[in-house]
Amino acid sequence: MDKQLMKGNEAIAEAAVRAGCKFFAGYPITPQSEILEYLSWRMPEEDGVFIQSESELAGISMVYGAAATGFRTMTSSSGPGYSLLQEGISYIASAELPCLLVNVMRYGSGLGDIFVGQSDYWQTVKNGGHGDYRSIVYAPASVQEAADLVRLGFDKAEEYRNPVTLLSDASIGQMMEPVDLPKIIDHDPDKYDWTASGKGERKFNRITSNMYYMDNFDEYISKKYKTIEENEQLWEEFHTEDAEYVLVAYGISSRISIEAVEAVRKKGIKAGLIRPISLYPFPVKAFEGLKDVKGLISVEMTKLSQMAEDVALASRMKVPVYGITGGTELYEVEDVVESILEIVDGKAKEVI
Amino acid sequence: MVIKSKPEACFVDNKYCPGCGHGIINRLVAEVLEEMGEEKKAIGAIAVGCASLMPDTFGIDCIQAQHGRAAAVAVGVKNCRPDNMVFSYQGDGDALAIGFSETMYAAIRNDNITVIFVNNGNFGMTGGQMAPTTLEGQRTTTSPKGRDIMATGAPLNVINLMKTLDVAYLARGSVDGNANIMKTKKYIREAFEAQKNKEGYSFVEVLSPCPTNWNKSPQDSMKHIRETVVKTYEMGVYAERRGDNA
Amino acid sequence: MKKLITNVESCKSCKYCEDNCPKDAIKVNGKINSKGYPTVVVDEEKCIVCGICYNVCPDYVFEIHECEV
Repeated sequence: MDKQLMKGNEAIAEAAVRAGCKFFAGYPITPQSEILEYLSWRMPEEDGVFIQSESELAGISMVYGAAATGFRTMTSSSGPGYSLLQEGISYIASAELPCLLVNVMRYGSGLGDIFVGQSDYWQTVKNGGHGDYRSIVYAPASVQEAADLVRLGFDKAEEYRNPVTLLSDASIGQMMEPVDLPKIIDHDPDKYDWTASGKGERKFNRITSNMYYMDNFDEYISKKYKTIEENEQLWEEFHTEDAEYVLVAYGISSRISIEAVEAVRKKGIKAGLIRPISLYPFPVKAFEGLKDVKGLISVEMTKLSQMAEDVALASRMKVPVYGITGGTELYEVEDVVESILEIVDGKAKEVI
Repeated sequence: MVIKSKPEACFVDNKYCPGCGHGIINRLVAEVLEEMGEEKKAIGAIAVGCASLMPDTFGIDCIQAQHGRAAAVAVGVKNCRPDNMVFSYQGDGDALAIGFSETMYAAIRNDNITVIFVNNGNFGMTGGQMAPTTLEGQRTTTSPKGRDIMATGAPLNVINLMKTLDVAYLARGSVDGNANIMKTKKYIREAFEAQKNKEGYSFVEVLSPCPTNWNKSPQDSMKHIRETVVKTYEMGVYAERRGDNA
Repeated sequence: MKKLITNVESCKSCKYCEDNCPKDAIKVNGKINSKGYPTVVVDEEKCIVCGICYNVCPDYVFEIHECEV
């Protein structure tokens, strides 16, 4: 293990190389461009390929082709660029190919802005592309976790033959923290029998929507996602055992929320935090054990409380759900504390 | 003893309309790959449109690309598996309308892939709408009075654009008649040889009939290519192989 | 000797073979196959087994076999 100080984006890039990723195609967009820049020199060092594509549409298409060959592959983008990836993501999921996608979120719709934000929850977690598919989505809250989830992401992508998305954000992407990175591994692209690799002596393979050639596709695909939902929920909890007000926050918002929980506990309010690490599948199991909860509070850097709907569903709509929103700049702990106090005092409106 | 029969890759009847040129072009691609001994290493990125019927009846490894993105998909494949023979197979709506950027950038980068581009002058699969290649005055379901080039621009001759680039091989053939089919097969062979020799981007355009949407019999469709289409899209080799990367 | 074999079940009546046959040996007026198309008929007297019909056929109807005399 070699601990080093790295930017979140660079840690993602290096972790991908060390996970055996050999092909990256992508397009510049702030705040993810460091991933592109880093891999432009790092990939060739490991006999991998880096392509700066003419667009995100082309980049995800190249990743689609690369994924079909059995190699580990990824692309990264942000906001408007991530929108352009949706066509390819749907095809990749439909053909059941593994790959890693990274969305380093910015703030706002349209051009939006490069400030901190968590505006892409709906698009990333609920899928911006067409049809019945899901991408497994992980949300890192630190540079170390970003690197760890890259390795896990590649493994899960292959285990389920499904795209995995790392939903990072401008803060995690741009901050520097110490990180332990694992040793580089070799990935054998020929270990699977489904690849487009030249038919050789086997029957030819067709990489396309698997619905075309599978008799029991509907049953198969719903079972696949049910299995993911059952087995792949990841989360962390803080002080939930006696909590009457449970904050729910992922990524950068969870770090501020922990401090806010500590602060309001000093004021005698029994607060806790659930930090989803997997956003799809959403960690509904974390909510099963909650008792005597008076309110769930979704803390997100978005104006529309995007995750709050999932929080409400996870609690089976039995508990009032509130939202603390933000974005464009990091909220201060005092701001979150103040919002919690308003909720406790009955002055806040429920989100749903 | 069988002396000549369809290539093994064409393992089952194709699903194209009567008289469609895709059947001939599918066969030529398969023949060339098998004659070169490359069919077991070949990987195709197949376009959306009538081309998307190909994976059903074409027995080599294929990837169904998104609409317009087949060249980019092929580039992803080729970069991971450079020793495989990698091609895209695309129609005119796919490669030149929605996929113009991906088509041109593969050529601009001189990526070592082969693009088989079928020009039948319309969007066949969706019912014969106007394509970038539709001839001036040609009636389609979205140019019912004939293509007005004052409004739409002129028919797109993509080889004229590509020949300004540093690419390995460019040619335009046709499936109109035995002689042109033989010539087209030679072009396709040259294109794959260029790729095998790591010379860079190779592109073969093939003029092909769409009797269903041209509202012509198959025989009249071939006559139309012979007498009319070739005036806009002249056949021939536009970038000769230099072979200097051997 | 070489002989032209036809898989009429694959025929879609495009008549490209009829158009391109140098000996006028092919007519597309044979029995209707299961797809509903009238299919090719080869006049073996006229056929020189040149293989042009194989080449122009989009539907892989023709094969050339070597047969014992």
